[in-house]
Amino acid sequence: MTAPAGGPVLECSGIRKSFGDHAAVKGIGFSIARGETYGLLGPNGAGKTTTISIIAGLLEADAGEVTLGGEPMNPDATHTKRLVGLVPQDLAIYPDLGAAENLDFFGRLHGMKGADLRRRVAEVLEIIELTDRADDRTQEYSGGMKRRLNIGVGLLHRPALLILDEPTVGVDPQSRNAILDSVEQLGEEGMAVLYTTHYMEEAERLCDRIGIVDQGELIAEGSQADLVRIVGQRDRLTLTATGSLAATAIALGGLAPVDDAAVTDDGIALIVDRAHDHLPEILAVAGRTGSLVKSVDVDSADLESVFLKLTGRALRE
Amino acid sequence: MVGAAWTIARKDLKQRLRDRSAYIIGIVAPLGLALVFGFVLNPLSGYEFDATYAVADLDGGPVSRIFVDNVLTNAEGIEVVEVASVAEAEALVDTEVTPLGGADDTNTADAAIIFPVGFSDDVQSERPVTIRVIGNQGSETDAGIAVALVEGYASELTSVRVAVATVENLVGGEVDRLATGVEVLQTPNPVTLRDDTASTKQLDGVTFYAAGMAIFFLFFTVQSGITGLLEERRTGTLARLLSSPITRASVLAGKMLSSFVVGLVSMVVLFVATTFAVDADWGPPIGVGLLILAAIVAALGIVSLLAGFARSAEQAAATGSMVGMVLGFLGGTFFDVSQAGGILATLRFATPHGWFMQGLADLRSDDLGVIVVPVLAMVAFGVVTGAIGLARLRKGLLP
Repeated sequence: MTAPAGGPVLECSGIRKSFGDHAAVKGIGFSIARGETYGLLGPNGAGKTTTISIIAGLLEADAGEVTLGGEPMNPDATHTKRLVGLVPQDLAIYPDLGAAENLDFFGRLHGMKGADLRRRVAEVLEIIELTDRADDRTQEYSGGMKRRLNIGVGLLHRPALLILDEPTVGVDPQSRNAILDSVEQLGEEGMAVLYTTHYMEEAERLCDRIGIVDQGELIAEGSQADLVRIVGQRDRLTLTATGSLAATAIALGGLAPVDDAAVTDDGIALIVDRAHDHLPEILAVAGRTGSLVKSVDVDSADLESVFLKLTGRALRE
Repeated sequence: MVGAAWTIARKDLKQRLRDRSAYIIGIVAPLGLALVFGFVLNPLSGYEFDATYAVADLDGGPVSRIFVDNVLTNAEGIEVVEVASVAEAEALVDTEVTPLGGADDTNTADAAIIFPVGFSDDVQSERPVTIRVIGNQGSETDAGIAVALVEGYASELTSVRVAVATVENLVGGEVDRLATGVEVLQTPNPVTLRDDTASTKQLDGVTFYAAGMAIFFLFFTVQSGITGLLEERRTGTLARLLSSPITRASVLAGKMLSSFVVGLVSMVVLFVATTFAVDADWGPPIGVGLLILAAIVAALGIVSLLAGFARSAEQAAATGSMVGMVLGFLGGTFFDVSQAGGILATLRFATPHGWFMQGLADLRSDDLGVIVVPVLAMVAFGVVTGAIGLARLRKGLLP
């Protein structure tokens, strides 16, 4: 099922959604062209899943507009839903059915049947490398195999837009690589992909364009190069440390070469102009303010730096 | 919508077929309990009347022969052994030679009935007569039935005397009393009494518990499909269903359809199994079928209502179990509350279970018309509760 050629596959603008007093999405808008992989990057709770739930027609937006192939999307737009393949963050497969049975079931719900359905099920089983285990109940699968099937169901009906919501959460490195390879291939084949993640590396590897989401808002959008330009020629310095991290971060933030400093799970992340030149001073301040630095990593600017620069917080805070 | 609903129902049914607990709840448990309750609590439920009566017809006249040839010989379960003398008759019911527990020896009888010489003439002449019944001490029940039969015949003879006297009055002279009496005895009674009291509408023990356990477990059996909707929400597959190009109504219809099929299969299997395995007598299949369909509608409605207000599949299952138990007890699936009288007998009509059991009891009359009210009552239960429940569930499909 493909969207009409020409315009973008997905266009959304001014999407808003609140749950009670909590505004989960505050006016997000972006578009995705055919063959483009678009990443929604943001920490947990940023509003990514709510956004894609609206785009997939699971939720009604309070305001804003979503169109797929020019057709409006909402929970009752069954025709427009044919254009979407959803891969939810949860493993949305039936454990007491085999991979082939899961694919057959969801294929039928998308109107597929007969020889076309059988052929497509076989193709997808090949793509997700589960042909040999096609008839085994999925409750006997490893976590990675289940994740691959979860993706396979989403792309079974050849959607114009494939939405993947954090598809690699809880997956072993080998399966994670296989999933990322598959997504890259889908983009190359011309499918529009909307990929949400809080893993910066995945967004960097897969996405043609990235939208950074924080607290329900799209705070930056562009290619990786565009976004890194926001940070400029600065380095990302990561201190793995223990002790008075908050006090150290405040003190480091006051240094002239330090643009931003934020406490992370296991230390402090900083955006620093020519980090190598200022390392002795930074370590001295850390020691004075009660932090014990165990290791230091210096990287060139990346999406993590961008997020830190834009929000003053680390992506995985 | 129909195609999508059927696809969802078929998937659900495939899952149920692979779930052993479905067989236990839907078939094994109700069947097992029906057999246990039916046989343990009602050991006489399988009792069949079977008696041997010795008859010494020393009269040989028309009045005694009518009793022997028409009353005894035509009665179901009675074997008549005619003997020539009182001594022979007494020998057959001699307790010294009768095994304890019944006269199952071919040389014994449960009772002996003796018509004295001149019996028919004495009846005709309106002289006092005596029919002797000698009971076998080891067969008190069967002997008692012999006494009842003889008493009934004696009462009939009194009626005939009245009838003959009436005829004589009408014709203004004497008639051939013997011939008229015999004619009256052989004429079918123009007025028949149909006993439609509660006692005649009672189900026998095996049938009562077969039907009771079937309807009781039906409310557990049909839960799977509807509460499965809540389970799919928890596992995430509901999101995928709703992102498919199908309506929310088709998702609900699919779940209802799978529950309906599971409930129907469970009830039909129990109906057939108990009918053939333990001789349960549910009644005419068409009437039973209508009652079963109505019961499933009621069960679906009530389970939908509970699921509509539940926050999780576990909560729906727990609430459903409690409600199912209460309705089952009130509806008289464990003991016949219709015989209890008072508020219990009335309260059963507040449950689909009560109407189902009442419908089956009413079917004893073989008149399908009697189940209209029970069927309508159960359908009403289902429609009212189902409308509320499905509205709640449909709304809940939007996260």
